[in-house]
Amino acid sequence: MATTHTLRAKHRRSALRTLAFLSPWLIGFAVFFAYPMISTVYFSFMHYDGFRPPTWSGTKNWTYVFAHYPFFWPALRNTLWLVVIMVTLRVLFGLGIGMLITKIKTATGVFRTLFYLPYLAPPVAATMAFAFLLNPGTGPVNSLLESVGIPAPGWFNDPDWSKPALTLMFLWGVGDLMVIFMAALLDVPKEQYEAAELDGASAWQRFRFVTLPNISPIIMFAVVTGVIAAMQCYTQPLVAGKVASGVIQGAGTMFEPGYPEHSTLTLPQLVYNLGFQRFDYGSACVVALVLFALSMAFTALLMRRRGGLIQAGD
Amino acid sequence: MPTRIPEVVRKAAFALTASTALLLSTTACTGQSATDASDDASKETTLTFWHAWSAPSEVKAVQALVAGFEKTHPNIHVKVVGNMTDDKIDQALRAGGSTAPDVISSFTTNNVGTFCSSGALVDLNPFFEKANIDPQTTFPKAMNQYTQFEGDRCAVPLLGDAYGLYYNRTAFEKAGITAPPKTWSEFEADAKKLTITQGATYKQLGFMPDYHGWETTTEHYMGQFGPTYFDASGKSTIATDPAVAAAFTTQKKLVDELGGFRKLETFRAGLGDEWGPKHPFHTGQVAMQLDGEWRLGMALEAEPAFEIGVAPLPVPDDQADRYGRGYITGTIASIAATSRKQNAAWELVKYMTTDTDAVVAFSNAIHNVPSTLAALKSPDLKYDPRFKTFLDIAANPNSTTAPASVNGGVYLTTVQQLGYDYESGKVTDLAAGLKKAAAQIDTDIAQAK
Repeated sequence: MATTHTLRAKHRRSALRTLAFLSPWLIGFAVFFAYPMISTVYFSFMHYDGFRPPTWSGTKNWTYVFAHYPFFWPALRNTLWLVVIMVTLRVLFGLGIGMLITKIKTATGVFRTLFYLPYLAPPVAATMAFAFLLNPGTGPVNSLLESVGIPAPGWFNDPDWSKPALTLMFLWGVGDLMVIFMAALLDVPKEQYEAAELDGASAWQRFRFVTLPNISPIIMFAVVTGVIAAMQCYTQPLVAGKVASGVIQGAGTMFEPGYPEHSTLTLPQLVYNLGFQRFDYGSACVVALVLFALSMAFTALLMRRRGGLIQAGD
Repeated sequence: MPTRIPEVVRKAAFALTASTALLLSTTACTGQSATDASDDASKETTLTFWHAWSAPSEVKAVQALVAGFEKTHPNIHVKVVGNMTDDKIDQALRAGGSTAPDVISSFTTNNVGTFCSSGALVDLNPFFEKANIDPQTTFPKAMNQYTQFEGDRCAVPLLGDAYGLYYNRTAFEKAGITAPPKTWSEFEADAKKLTITQGATYKQLGFMPDYHGWETTTEHYMGQFGPTYFDASGKSTIATDPAVAAAFTTQKKLVDELGGFRKLETFRAGLGDEWGPKHPFHTGQVAMQLDGEWRLGMALEAEPAFEIGVAPLPVPDDQADRYGRGYITGTIASIAATSRKQNAAWELVKYMTTDTDAVVAFSNAIHNVPSTLAALKSPDLKYDPRFKTFLDIAANPNSTTAPASVNGGVYLTTVQQLGYDYESGKVTDLAAGLKKAAAQIDTDIAQAK
């Protein structure tokens, strides 16, 4: 009995110690994740305008968002477009630039700085600059294209070109990925390249069978963080749409989100529009939950593929 | 290999997380406490007044207005906070607390319906009754309309904005036009006469009709047609009111006649911004401009190389007798429901919005349209003779506004969205588009209720 009692006391002490060590995380988890999460689910079933106490509305908000809110499906399509196209291009471009710079022998620092600097530009300023550069009427890009006889696109003013214009801007700010890829590329053991060369591997084969397996965890990191960032994409499309539309919210006017023709509308913009402009917190919570579910699904899908991507062990 | 977390730890962790979450979520559900106007306005007190003006001259004008009030009410002191956006005001109205405003002033009338129905702002009807002031005979009709919702007057007009037509007199003379157009047919003919193309673009465009041409919003066009947005039961009438379809058709005709949507949009994208000196009307790139009364001062400041003319906007050909009307909106003043000094706050609101001398002086300083019928006629108003056009539009009983709705300006964005789709050719069947938009407006309102 005494032994059991001592064992229990030992377990209890161990449990308390573990809890004590875990407590900072547990408190953070409860306050910054569990509470907002539970609240979001709770409010998605409530009619709540932020002023009057919330009242139960059942699935009304869910039906409204999925069946009657005209911006939801365009925003979802745009968000998915950004996740698939923009993230892919950003990873490829970041990797390409990273590889190029690791190969450069002279003035590496200058190139590194040049490619990294745009990443530091504040999102609003960068978007304003791109809206100026890509202005279909007066922008220098279109003037240049026209001078060489290439038909100039409408960029942020054309629904077919607004997302490519956004992507172009995100590619310009690829400095963060470039730095990460450069570090990973420089970390690949040289002897593996030497062995591959001795075996007569071509440049492509060296990349495919040496570089890629070594940097696959970093590619995974870039893809997962890229997907999450694309899901949360808010500022740039909002500013681009606002600047290009020319509409300034003032007395008697309302801003049309996603100009032109909803093409720059993203799910986070809907959360803001529903919650803080329409005072419909219930529906805003529904969109937030969709966003959360999508992020989880994408991340889970990518993590399941992790085993296939990572071959060199982690 | 990580060791398994002991069961007791897991259970404790779960209990802690869940209880914290539940505790916090239940506190979040607490509604706001109601306040009543039981304060004594004759006692020493300090009010907090939030407003949206930010330009130095405007801030100075607000300070002068408040100084005038403090002189007449020496026991009430006012702490003025400027440059407050609607977002910040919304947050403060929700949160309340000691630093929240007692009196707010907002540039937009869009949220009046939401604020009135949700009780975020105090219903001022009892205050008006107590003070023996009849809002119907004090404020212009349109301003009266946009400051209340379903009988709840939760806002008061504090200066207004009237929309009219600015035109380039010099360009008019060159094109042989002797007077500003009074009907949309005349307007269309003049806009075409004034348009000078240059290659794929314009040297001078008669008028920028696109809904993205800043103030050329759907509701501003429609104001000239006298639309009803809702019927007595609160259902949308945009599909059944011929005025709405007429406004859409007129604008679309202008877009098509002046070069087509794509060409106009490309030209528009390259124009200077609305609030800068390179505004296309100032630079002579567009000869006519639908705009508010503030444009006159801005245009004169830019010292354009032509003479500026001002007139009311045209009306439909079959409503020639309504010429002189315009769209009206403006700034509003209100008392926060969370304020514990509502009687004192009312004294400030009453002074700012109904004292003729105060309204006139503020209007002279800000260059907006006065918001009381008495101030509109005041001999003390100082203005450029052309500004008189806007005073007349504001006082015109046929002038219109967009009514308050339970979900604010959501119905206006729906109408505007249809406008974008119709002008760009995405929607070709206007009747079907209007029907769909009306159904959307009704659904949105049902969702908000």
